[in-house]
Amino acid sequence: MTHVRYIDKTRDYYLRQGYEKPYLWANFTDVPFTPLSKPLAESTVALVSTSDVAVRSKDNDDGRDKSHEMLAGNVYSIPSDIPLEQLFSRQEHYDQHTTTLDDTNAYFPITRLHELADRGRIGAVAARTHGVYTAYSQRKTSEVDAPEVVRRCVEDGVDVAILTPI
Amino acid sequence: MSLVARALEEAGIPTVVFGTALDIVEHCGVARHVFLDFPLGNPVGRPFDVTMQHEVLELGLGLLESASSARASVEAPFVWGEDTSWKELIFSDERPFLEGEAYDNWMEAKKKYREQKVADSQ
Repeated sequence: MTHVRYIDKTRDYYLRQGYEKPYLWANFTDVPFTPLSKPLAESTVALVSTSDVAVRSKDNDDGRDKSHEMLAGNVYSIPSDIPLEQLFSRQEHYDQHTTTLDDTNAYFPITRLHELADRGRIGAVAARTHGVYTAYSQRKTSEVDAPEVVRRCVEDGVDVAILTPI
Repeated sequence: MSLVARALEEAGIPTVVFGTALDIVEHCGVARHVFLDFPLGNPVGRPFDVTMQHEVLELGLGLLESASSARASVEAPFVWGEDTSWKELIFSDERPFLEGEAYDNWMEAKKKYREQKVADSQ
């Protein structure tokens, strides 16, 4: 069985729901590429995701502790050493009928990265992980949010980024 | 997410995207892509399957080490299960993508975005 054609499926789905203008997915002919500059065993690796991972809190109404987040626009960061059991995802845009987001590492593999660092496969896990909220605007993502992620990665001395969309 | 990958690559930081929507990532185009043919939500492997998650991640690390040009990609050799009906049913009338509160939240987010767009243009 072949992979799901999400572009076709979502276009048809939302047309049937009465949306007239189909969403135009980003499309480029030129794709930038940077080769690895040093061995992974010496590289600092950052995790970047759209999985809406947040830090749990018992005290706040919405169940999340925003004090860690350093939110700017649609970009926020969470220290990479926060215990896994304090992390959860509020993301709703996934296949809720078929799977769950109960295992954070299945979409935000922070424990796995720490294990890779412990094993020496990668040099280190960057001090912060970064989350990007879906902005509905490709212009805004490209002009505001993506440069903010870059800025934070540069600040943390990141050599490699692992990206997990949901 | 692919747009963020582009910006990082342009800034000299190599990236690898782990995704479950092959066509969307390839339509945008990224430097390196590990595709896992799983339902939306688990791009790094089956929940609680530590071994599989490491195997999927290792495919990405391998791409980082081996790729010499953009659009390098590999498909992880795992299947979700014998029942493949989720592939047919996702985004079908029979099985709406967002229902109830999730749908309301999405509409609310869209409304906020429209308002922000108006505010930005003034």
